[in-house]
Amino acid sequence: MSQDKGVVLNGRVLVPGHGEGQILVLVEPLSLWGGLEPESGEIIDRRHPQSGQNVNGRVLVLPAGRGSSSASSILLEAVRLGTAPSAIVTAEADPILALGAAVAREMYDKAPPVVVLAGEDYGRLQNGYMARVTPEGRVVLLQNP
Amino acid sequence: MALQLTSRDKAMLNGRDGPAVQMAMRILTTMAGVYGAPHLLDVESAHIDGCLYHGPSGLEFAHRLVEGGARVRVPTTLNVGAVDLLHPEHFQGDPEVGRRAQALMEAYQQMGCLPIWTCTPYQASQRPPFGAQIAWAESNAIVFANSVLGARTNRYGDFIDICAALTGRAPASGLHLRENRRGQILYRLVDLPDTLLREDVFYPILGYLIGAHSGTRIPVIEGLPPDTTEDQLKALGAAAASSGAVALFHAVGVTPEAPTADAAFQRRAPEKIVEISPGLVRQTRDRLSTAPDGTIQVVALGSPHFSPAEFSRLLPLIDSHPPRREVEFIVCTNRLALGYLEQRGWLQRLREAGIKVVVDTCVVVTPIVSARTGTLMTNSGKFAHYTPGNIGLDVVFGSLKECVRSAAQGRVWRDTALWQSLASDEPG
Repeated sequence: MSQDKGVVLNGRVLVPGHGEGQILVLVEPLSLWGGLEPESGEIIDRRHPQSGQNVNGRVLVLPAGRGSSSASSILLEAVRLGTAPSAIVTAEADPILALGAAVAREMYDKAPPVVVLAGEDYGRLQNGYMARVTPEGRVVLLQNP
Repeated sequence: MALQLTSRDKAMLNGRDGPAVQMAMRILTTMAGVYGAPHLLDVESAHIDGCLYHGPSGLEFAHRLVEGGARVRVPTTLNVGAVDLLHPEHFQGDPEVGRRAQALMEAYQQMGCLPIWTCTPYQASQRPPFGAQIAWAESNAIVFANSVLGARTNRYGDFIDICAALTGRAPASGLHLRENRRGQILYRLVDLPDTLLREDVFYPILGYLIGAHSGTRIPVIEGLPPDTTEDQLKALGAAAASSGAVALFHAVGVTPEAPTADAAFQRRAPEKIVEISPGLVRQTRDRLSTAPDGTIQVVALGSPHFSPAEFSRLLPLIDSHPPRREVEFIVCTNRLALGYLEQRGWLQRLREAGIKVVVDTCVVVTPIVSARTGTLMTNSGKFAHYTPGNIGLDVVFGSLKECVRSAAQGRVWRDTALWQSLASDEPG
């Protein structure tokens, strides 16, 4: 594991920006509408296996979003309230999450960058790592769990 | 892939048409990159879902646009808001939230959107013609426009819907392009009796089943009667867009891009074939309910919003079996249908029966239902899907007749003749 420190993974930028934090990997897609409480940043979808975890300040790694297009609104609201993830990394491009971040960038000058990582690279992200996402779409592993 | 912008696009991006259009164009070009679109295309109408309140940030966004001089550039209609503006007393939530929700609705009107406040713009306003490029939000309106009208929209939602309306542009990708509208999964109806295919209640069940199986892939249904009604297709699409992310379906011999199965698949083979048997239909019907048949506190109809044709089927049932006063009976509809009800004297008959007719909004997006616990009964696949999470009540799904007869006795009434054909898995 120790050789992962300093590894740089190159992703596709959907919404550019800086973000740094501890990685939280979701094992299943999450619909933010009905799934995330913007007041706290807590995952509240009781059918999601990671219900109860908090996304605030984390590098949120998830396969994709799910469900309602109102998820963009929930992400924007989380950014306004300061409970949003510091960056979002997905395995598939998710227009609804990207839109929430793009609007947040317009409205609040801060937004989690949204980056897509291809299969093998996506698989290298594990819970507990510290990571940094750069505006060019690089995901840098800073520290092992 | 570099995004090609026209000189008009570039002018909007550079602020020629003011800060609101500039912001809208910035968001659209970011999203074009997300969709991998090589350029933008013209849209001729928009339908906006952003007028439903989700929190202060959505209101700040709308106010930023209004302050930036926002005016829609193409005919644009509004989806439901959180308040019935004709009957604001129906709103049971926090008054401060109600006030902000109303301010949001006003902001979108100020941008020049038509305040039809309905999830069925296709039954309340001018319809886009076959092949028209449009930017619509609201999952059931999207699936109806694509599937039944043959217009072309992606699954748009909050924010990007108004960006398209303010610029008249959308990313050229996904369902805007003919090649991406080809069917992927074939659903074959097997051993389902003709009598069931004539029943309205079959369509939300079929939609719910297909949505859950298809996810984001495009279903093609073979075996529906050629005279399947518009309201049946509306119920099918709304349910499919609730259990899955279906934005387009084809029904062979029924919908305009599917004169034949071969045409629906654009001469390719289906990726997968699913047989829909009576057993599968029964299973899906049962999955639409979260409680066993027992007492009910609420009946809610009208998701998508009830049409005049649906009211014409409701009224005789109400006359023969008026609801009990203890059962809250709510029907959600749009203002055009409300006007029709008033003209015909139907509204008065409904009110005399104790039925609450709600416009501009609906029971799963805003607090209207008074009951805090218990069971809500509905004939809508979409209400059945969202009631437990959004209202916190249990739900029982049934036909329109079952809903009315159940309201009359305060507990679930079942139409045994209707379900007989599903009683056994054994083909007859």
